[in-house]
Amino acid sequence: MTQNDMGQAPVLTTADGLPLKTSLMRTTRRHRIRAFLLVAPLLLFLVVAFVLPILDMLKRSIENPEVHNHMSRTVEALEGWDGESIPDEPVFAALVQDLVEGGEARTIGTVASRLNYEASGMRSLIMKTSRRAGRIEEGPYKAAVIDIDEDWADVDTWRLIERESDPFTLSYYLSAVDMRYDAEGNIVDQPDYLKIHNALFIRTFWMSAAITGLCLVLGYPIAFLLANTPLRYSNLLMILVLLPFWTSLLVRTTTWIAILQQQGVLNDLLVGIGLISTDNRLQMIYNKTGTMVAMTHILLPFMILPLYSVMKTIPPHYMHAARSLGARPFLAFRRVYFPLTIPGIGAGSILVFILSIGYYITPALVGGQSGIFITNFIAYHMQTSLNWGLAAAIASILLFVVIAFYLVYNRVIGVDNVKLG
Amino acid sequence: MEPFAQFKNVQKSYDGETLVVKDFNLDISPGEFVTLLGPSGSGKTTCLMMMAGFETPTHGEILLQGSPINSLPPHKRGIGMVFQNYALFPHMSIAENLAFPLEVRGLSKAETEEKVAKALSMVQLTGFEGRRPAQLSGGQQQRVALARALVFDPKLVLMDEPLGALDKNLREEMQLEIKHIHEQLNVPMIYVTHDQAEALTMSDRIAVFNDGVVQQLATPDVLYEAPENAFVAQFVGENNRFIGDVVSLDADRCQVKVNGDSVIDCLPVAVTENGNHSTLSIRPERVVINPDEGSFPNIFEAEVKDVIYLGDHLRTRVSVCGNGDFVVKTPNAGGNGALKRGQKVRVGWSLTDCRALDA
Repeated sequence: MTQNDMGQAPVLTTADGLPLKTSLMRTTRRHRIRAFLLVAPLLLFLVVAFVLPILDMLKRSIENPEVHNHMSRTVEALEGWDGESIPDEPVFAALVQDLVEGGEARTIGTVASRLNYEASGMRSLIMKTSRRAGRIEEGPYKAAVIDIDEDWADVDTWRLIERESDPFTLSYYLSAVDMRYDAEGNIVDQPDYLKIHNALFIRTFWMSAAITGLCLVLGYPIAFLLANTPLRYSNLLMILVLLPFWTSLLVRTTTWIAILQQQGVLNDLLVGIGLISTDNRLQMIYNKTGTMVAMTHILLPFMILPLYSVMKTIPPHYMHAARSLGARPFLAFRRVYFPLTIPGIGAGSILVFILSIGYYITPALVGGQSGIFITNFIAYHMQTSLNWGLAAAIASILLFVVIAFYLVYNRVIGVDNVKLG
Repeated sequence: MEPFAQFKNVQKSYDGETLVVKDFNLDISPGEFVTLLGPSGSGKTTCLMMMAGFETPTHGEILLQGSPINSLPPHKRGIGMVFQNYALFPHMSIAENLAFPLEVRGLSKAETEEKVAKALSMVQLTGFEGRRPAQLSGGQQQRVALARALVFDPKLVLMDEPLGALDKNLREEMQLEIKHIHEQLNVPMIYVTHDQAEALTMSDRIAVFNDGVVQQLATPDVLYEAPENAFVAQFVGENNRFIGDVVSLDADRCQVKVNGDSVIDCLPVAVTENGNHSTLSIRPERVVINPDEGSFPNIFEAEVKDVIYLGDHLRTRVSVCGNGDFVVKTPNAGGNGALKRGQKVRVGWSLTDCRALDA
C-alpha cells in the first residue's frame, strides 16, 4: 500500500503476491473451458446450419458476379466510356473476344440470364451474338457486331452492361419490392402488369397480423382457464392444447381441407341443416379464409403457452384486492389483470406474427391463388424461375422485418419478460 | 347497541362432504378490533373471505349494519382488505395504487390527490408516491397495503395475516402502528392471525378457532386467564398440562387424580361429575418453586430436569406428578440460578390457577 502512488488504486493481490484478477482467472479457467466445451456442439451446429446459410443468403441477395467475371475484357474496355454514344472499336473487339470465349466455356449463358432479368430480349441478343461472333475473322468488329444484331447500336444495351458490371447490385432488392432501374439507371416503379411482390408482402403482413389477432382472441380465454382451473382439469386442458403439436403439420392442414372444401364436412352440414342450398356451397378453402383458419389453428399453441406462463405467475389475490377496493369484475380485469398479462400478449403475438410471416407449407396447400404468402414466391424463385438472387433478396427483406419487430418488441416490452412455459 | 357486523350460524363447505366452518357466530361492535386466531386450516381465513365476499356461506347469514350481504358482490360491500402478500398492483406506482379505490368510485382528481396524500402521511410514507411496490421494503409495502385498504373510508377493514412475511422486530412495530391507526380511525377491524402473541397485543376481542369451530370468544385477558377448554389453554400462551380423573367435585373446588396417586386441587371449569376425564391447565408463571409450607393447597415434590436462562426470566423444566415436561417460569430477580439438574425441589400453585378443563 505504501509503495503506491497517490491517486492510483492499489492492485489487490493474493497472499503470495499474484494480482487478484489473474488469480481469479486461473481458478475459473477450467470451469470456463468446460462450459464452453459443453455448448460447443450446439454452437458449431448453429454456425453451420444457421449463421453461414443466412450470411450466404445475404451475400446472394446483393451479389452480381456474372458480367464482372465472364465479360471482364468488355468491362475493362468500357472504362472511360462517356455513356452517351455507341462505344468505339476496342470495346467491340473485347466484346467479341469475351463472347467467343464465354461460348466455348459455356459460361455466357449465365451472363445472358442475368442481363435478361433486367431487360427482356437480352438473353437472345447475347446468345445469338455469341454463336455468330466466332465467325468474325477480323475487324473492324464494331460494324460486324452491329450487323449481327442492331441492338448493339443501342446505347441502352451498353448502359445496361456497364451498370451490371459492378460485382454488387441492388437490383434484386428493387425487383423484390416491384421496382427497377430504367435505361438511364434511375430507380423507377415496375410497370403495373409486372408488379407482384408488393401486393404479396402486404397480404403476408396483414394476414399475419389478422392471424395473430385471431390467435390472441381465441388463446387468451384458454390461457386464462389453464392458469386458473385446478391442476387435474388444467392438465387435461393442457394436453388438448399441446395435442396439435404432436400431430404432423401436413395432417392438420389436410384435415382442414377435408372439413372446409366444397364437398367437405362443413358444407355438407350447412346444406344438411338447410342453411345454404347445394348450389351455393361456400368456398372456404384455397383462398384467404382457408389460410387464416388453418394457420390460426396451427399457431394457436404459440400464443397460448406464453400467455399461460405469464398468467400462471399472477396470484389471484390481485383480482381479489381490486374487487375489494370497489372495482366491478370487468374493471378489475381491465385495470389490474390485463396490464399484468401484457408481457405474455407481447411474447405470444411476436412469436405468432414472426412464425406466420415465414409460413410456407400451409398457405401452399390451402391458400389457392388468393391465399398464398410471399414465402410461396421465395419457393417459386428458388425452384421454378431459378432466380436465387431475387429469392435471397425477398427472404432477406423478411429477415429484416423480423429483426425490426424484435427490436421494437425489446424496446416496448423487453425480451427478458418472455417466458415460454 | 346493535352489532355493526354479524355472522349468524354460518357454515361453509367446499366439497359437500366436510364443513370447513361449523356454525360460526360473531357480533362485531362499531369500532371494535376482533381477531380470529387459530392454527392453519381452522377456518378463520374462510370466515374472513366470506365477509369480504370472495366465498359464499353454504348456510347462515352475514350482516353488515343490519342488512344481509350474502349475495352482495365484493365491490359493493365497501370493505377494505389487507392481504397476506399485500397484493399491491405491481404495474402501478404507490400513488396509483392508493388512487385506485378512489378512481373506481368516481372521485374527482383533486379529492383523490388529497386523500392519497393524507393516507400516505398516516402511514408515514409521504414522498414515496412515484415509486413502484417492488422498490419498497416489506414493511413499507405493508404500510401501503394498509393505507390502500383505508383510503376509501371503508365501513369495515379485514386483515388476513398481514404481518406474516415480516421479521420479528418489524412485526412488533407494525402491530403497534396498526393498533394506533385503529384507535385513530375507530373503524371496526377483523384480523386473522395464527400468532397468539399478536392477537393478545392488538385485539379488543379474540375468537379462537379450531377445526371450524370457535372454541372461545373473549377479551385477551379472559382468554389467557380463564381459558374454557384445553385447546384454548394450550394455544394461547404457554401451558402445563395434567390429565386425570375427577374424584371429588364441589361448586368451586374439585380434586383430580393424576398419575395414579397424586391428587390435585383445582377450579372446576368444564367438569360436571365425578369420574370425568379432565385436562388440568396451569400457567408456568403461576407456579412457585420451594413455597412456604402450607401456603398453597397444591405442593408437590419435583426434580429439576434443566434450567434455561432467557435473560429476563428463567425457564425451569421439572418432573412432577408424572409430567416430565412441567415448566416453571420465574422472573430473573437475582439468586435464582442456584437450581441444578437433578436437584429435588418442591413446587406449588394455588387452586384458582389450576383449571380443570375438558379432556
